[in-house]
Amino acid sequence: MDKSYTSVESAIEDIQDGAVIAFGSFFTAGKPTALTQALAKKGVKNLTVVVQQVGTGNEEMLELVTNGQIKKAICNYPFPRSASKGAQHHFEQEVRKGKIKLEIYPIGTFVEKLRCAGAGIPAFYTPVGAGTVVAEGKEVRVFNGVENLMELALPVDYAFVHAWKGDREGNLIYRYTSQNYNNAMAMAGKVTIAEVEILVEVGELDPNCVHTPGIFVKRVVQTGRPEFYQVSV
Amino acid sequence: MSKMSKVVVPEMPPLEREMIALRIANMLEDGSYVNLGIGIPTLVSNWIEGRDVIIQSEIGILKCGPLAEEGEQDQDRINASCQFIHELPGSSYFNVETSFAMIRGGRMDVAVLGALQVSAKGDLAGWNNPARGLGKTGNIGGSMDLAVGAVKLIVAMEHFTPAGEFKILDECAYPLTAKGCVDVIVTNYAMIEVTPKGLLLKEAIPGVTPEDVQKMTAARLVVADDFHEMEL
Repeated sequence: MDKSYTSVESAIEDIQDGAVIAFGSFFTAGKPTALTQALAKKGVKNLTVVVQQVGTGNEEMLELVTNGQIKKAICNYPFPRSASKGAQHHFEQEVRKGKIKLEIYPIGTFVEKLRCAGAGIPAFYTPVGAGTVVAEGKEVRVFNGVENLMELALPVDYAFVHAWKGDREGNLIYRYTSQNYNNAMAMAGKVTIAEVEILVEVGELDPNCVHTPGIFVKRVVQTGRPEFYQVSV
Repeated sequence: MSKMSKVVVPEMPPLEREMIALRIANMLEDGSYVNLGIGIPTLVSNWIEGRDVIIQSEIGILKCGPLAEEGEQDQDRINASCQFIHELPGSSYFNVETSFAMIRGGRMDVAVLGALQVSAKGDLAGWNNPARGLGKTGNIGGSMDLAVGAVKLIVAMEHFTPAGEFKILDECAYPLTAKGCVDVIVTNYAMIEVTPKGLLLKEAIPGVTPEDVQKMTAARLVVADDFHEMEL
């Protein structure tokens, strides 16, 4: 089985307007830079993006905002930390103007929604968010005397993930803290597209070290090591 | 007492942020797993070198080491505040679903978080300052998970706002992070425990009396039988 593509453009060719796309990355670590840039160039619109934050540490996402490609964002830490930076931030401005719809979740709920989508679990209960604005409009159920919220799984049409090494069958290995959301998103994606720094032949990865088994990955494309850069969030 | 009421500030200068962090570091037991939030909580890590305290960063590392200087930085090795870090002997890396299983599953012995407001019942408001005008959205991040999941929650904060408004109130006015989650509040003037009987004033910094602390606190304080001067 060979899932490798020769370019990011060909790997995302079938993405249509209105797609729901998840993007790995916890700030700067493990972000699918090349795929995101290719998506901006492709210009598809009315996208729903599922990502920790938009444009803070993953500046490539801002191009999607500037191009007017995003209809809705599902995040857990959407904005710059400081209010003054936020006021200057294009994504925050678009949300304030109502041009982009924003849905927020606590991180644990956000990632569990993705994991459940990948594991065939339609919904789950958690006490996190009970008694807060996160609870609004959600079913509340008491277990062991504690209020819990029902949260729905979050399947996505496409997941863009970034891995250190991958083989042609889609087995992936991440480096250090760049694992973050990439595995859960790979599981949640109907079509998961992995950009890898190093693409190897089948048999060259140590099977003991594979983080995301290839069954969750439909396409893999070598994009090299992203340029080093530093941001303050 | 209205929300706009201002605190009466004692003459004694308050603790520096680093000293609030030191008081909290001294509370941590050896052998504990600890998650530190952004702001004053992060400074706690400066006081635990050589201690048997394991720091988790929710991005996905246990035994998170000190910040990495230029030349030793790797963009794939950062903490949850996007700072470059070192690993330590025995560090481990994992994904976010595993990281939050640790937090939600009751494995985190202590979380230290900042706060905008804390109520007498231990409600915490820390993720959304209405002054920013973002309504019901904002940066929740891992704060709600940590507030609900950590076995013990310590709040590290200044006792009142820069504008002189109360932060320790009967009820939080700002959007909540979680209800009834705070166990201990350490401020630049005092250490207060949240108990079923209300807020128990355990310590105040030298030169500050329980009456002084009460004048900076909108909620009523009960002075502990063993109330004493804060030692650092």
